[in-house]
Amino acid sequence: MNSPTPVQQVDQAFYFIFGVSGVILLGIIIALIYFVVRYSRKRNPIPSRTRGNVWLEIIWTVVPLTIAMFMFYLGWQSYLGLRDVPENAMAVKVTAQTFQWVFEYPSGKVSDGLLMVPKGKPIRLNISSSDTLHSLFIPAFRVKVDAIPGRQTYAWFYPDEVGTYEIFCAVFCGNGHADMTAKLRILPEEEFNEWIQNKKDADDDW
Amino acid sequence: MNIPSPNDTRVPTFYETPSPKNMRGIWSWLITYDHKRIGLMYMWAILGWFTLGIVLGILMRVELLQPGGKFVDSQTYNAFFTLHGVIMVFLFIIPGIPAIFGNFIMPMQIGAEDVFFPKINLLSYWLYVLGGILAIVSLFAGGGMPDTGWTFYVPFSTKTHTNVSMATFAAFTLGMSSILTGVNFVTTIHRMRPANMGWKQIPLFTWSLYATAWVQILATPVVGMTLLLIILERAFGIGLFDPSKGGDPVLYQHLFWMYSHPAVYIMVLPAMGVVSDIIPVFARKAIFGYKAIVASSLGIAIAGSLVWAHHMYTSSMSDAAVFLFSFLTFVVAVPSAVKVFNWLATLQGGSIVMAPPLAMCLVFIVLFSVGGLTGLVLGSAGTDVHVHDTAFVVAHFHFVMFGGVGVAFLAALYYWWPKMFGRMYQFKPAYWGLGIFFVGFNLHYVTMFMLGLQGMPRRYYTYVPRFATGNFFAGIAGVVMVLGLAIILWNLIRSLRSPVTAPNNPWGSTTLEWQTQSPPPLENFTKEPVVPNYPYDFPEKPDDIVRV
Repeated sequence: MNSPTPVQQVDQAFYFIFGVSGVILLGIIIALIYFVVRYSRKRNPIPSRTRGNVWLEIIWTVVPLTIAMFMFYLGWQSYLGLRDVPENAMAVKVTAQTFQWVFEYPSGKVSDGLLMVPKGKPIRLNISSSDTLHSLFIPAFRVKVDAIPGRQTYAWFYPDEVGTYEIFCAVFCGNGHADMTAKLRILPEEEFNEWIQNKKDADDDW
Repeated sequence: MNIPSPNDTRVPTFYETPSPKNMRGIWSWLITYDHKRIGLMYMWAILGWFTLGIVLGILMRVELLQPGGKFVDSQTYNAFFTLHGVIMVFLFIIPGIPAIFGNFIMPMQIGAEDVFFPKINLLSYWLYVLGGILAIVSLFAGGGMPDTGWTFYVPFSTKTHTNVSMATFAAFTLGMSSILTGVNFVTTIHRMRPANMGWKQIPLFTWSLYATAWVQILATPVVGMTLLLIILERAFGIGLFDPSKGGDPVLYQHLFWMYSHPAVYIMVLPAMGVVSDIIPVFARKAIFGYKAIVASSLGIAIAGSLVWAHHMYTSSMSDAAVFLFSFLTFVVAVPSAVKVFNWLATLQGGSIVMAPPLAMCLVFIVLFSVGGLTGLVLGSAGTDVHVHDTAFVVAHFHFVMFGGVGVAFLAALYYWWPKMFGRMYQFKPAYWGLGIFFVGFNLHYVTMFMLGLQGMPRRYYTYVPRFATGNFFAGIAGVVMVLGLAIILWNLIRSLRSPVTAPNNPWGSTTLEWQTQSPPPLENFTKEPVVPNYPYDFPEKPDDIVRV
């Protein structure tokens, strides 16, 4: 794909915010140490009588506000990337229940704790919960959406590399919260087709 | 409690003069109207809860030293983080600075003899104690230790068999205490100032309490109602949050954060007030931008009430709502940045004397800045989706709450200790403790930032193997951090054994509480305090501070 993937967009927002924040933090620490050393009682026995400066106040209100607005914009753009599902996406129905993830494919095939997807095909996840709140979290694809009883939420991702990835539950849901994990497995398209055509409902047995 | 012995030249201190007058022994404390005694009773209770909260935090770190839940089972771990959260939020940080220093110091800062409603003040204290007792009882009565997290999210909190009803009622009671304190402080600050103390002569600590008190009054009732709704839901199944009855679980999150985000500012604003009062004293220079600091306090109090749903970007809220709340969150970041720049500018050109309260304020500035800057990652919608509900969020709010508010709380203890107890403490152990704390704190929570970025969700009693190294390291660093904290607190407690020799104004401060003796007499002043035209006017050739 030519345009950046949602993962790349989110990561760019991360890099920008961390980069700018790092510079600001470094500036604060250097100024702090310099002032404490330079204006110690020993070096500066007579303190300045300054009580403030309106122009400085304006500058250090407007400049951070501008930087903040830029961060807001980048964050918002990367969020749109996560929300904007391509039209050719394959829909998988995800049901969260205490404490497992159930995936149901358009063909009707059902799989527990294992999300199998073909490489190169955008995946839309339609998520709901059959009991309490959960949250579907796929760190590798920067995706996280709450699973809510009585509501349907969605997320999407673009499986661009064959491999196995983690799925976690991110909203506390009880004793088995930390064990409420699943696997995301991205397969070459032919292998996926073979798997999906196998009538048997799949378990975590691959 | 140790009662300081009177000094020849001194008038009797409030320790020797009960109020009401006929009270003796323990009753002269338990049913006192004196704002200073009430402040001290809060102090011991709050320090007790703080210690318990820290023990729970360490127990959680022990569990996470290795994966697999080998130390305790998940049910117990869930109770640990629920209790740690409830105790630290409702029993330590929210009341911490306002209840102790707001009570003890604020009336003196405005030259008053007490708060406006001394009896309501005592009632607030006992509601606080009652809330704490209920929280403890909820552990051992009913269906077992609450296991919902301090956020009590529905539908889990309405379905779990543990004793959530009593724990939420405890939080409700603590909320009532907080509202009453807020009403008392607003009234006191409006009505009890001397005629020549206008709004521009009020010290910044008192200003910050004023802004805080309004948030307490306006926001706390919302959480009070919300917590009662949980109890109604559990007892009668009214269905307000239950989709099968037409209710909505997300509604709960809105109601909860409508209070609990402003509550962040209930915690942070007084801490900012402490720092704004301490830095000028040790820099021997006027606070830079008095009006800007007051304006940013009020700005934070107002704008901070409009950003609650930034806790809910992944909760199926509409994209338009995400846009709006993300935007407002970046706006509210600015007044906090303004304060940091004003504190730095106060140091510039000063004649700085180093002392533990100032050192703690410097640590506050650094840790609070990290907390604020990492908040930008969470305010930004796309990045928040990845780190929401992970260890990153936990590290972020510990930087703000613990590294920020907690350290400012320690700074306040160290700054006002000579006034409260008439004793000086040693500087060296304080620096050592602070240094060890600072190193341990950063190693602990920066590691958690990294774990969160790598995708480790919060509230996990176990984890996948790739998080093992980070969690082990964080656990060790956490112990170092607590060791530093223990030294800082022990150094203060130890000073209570030394004689009552602190001068009235050991730091050369300019605010009114330092014009009376240490410890102060009942009703605070023996002669009318002189109100300066500007609260931070230092002599041209400043004196040194008093050291032991």
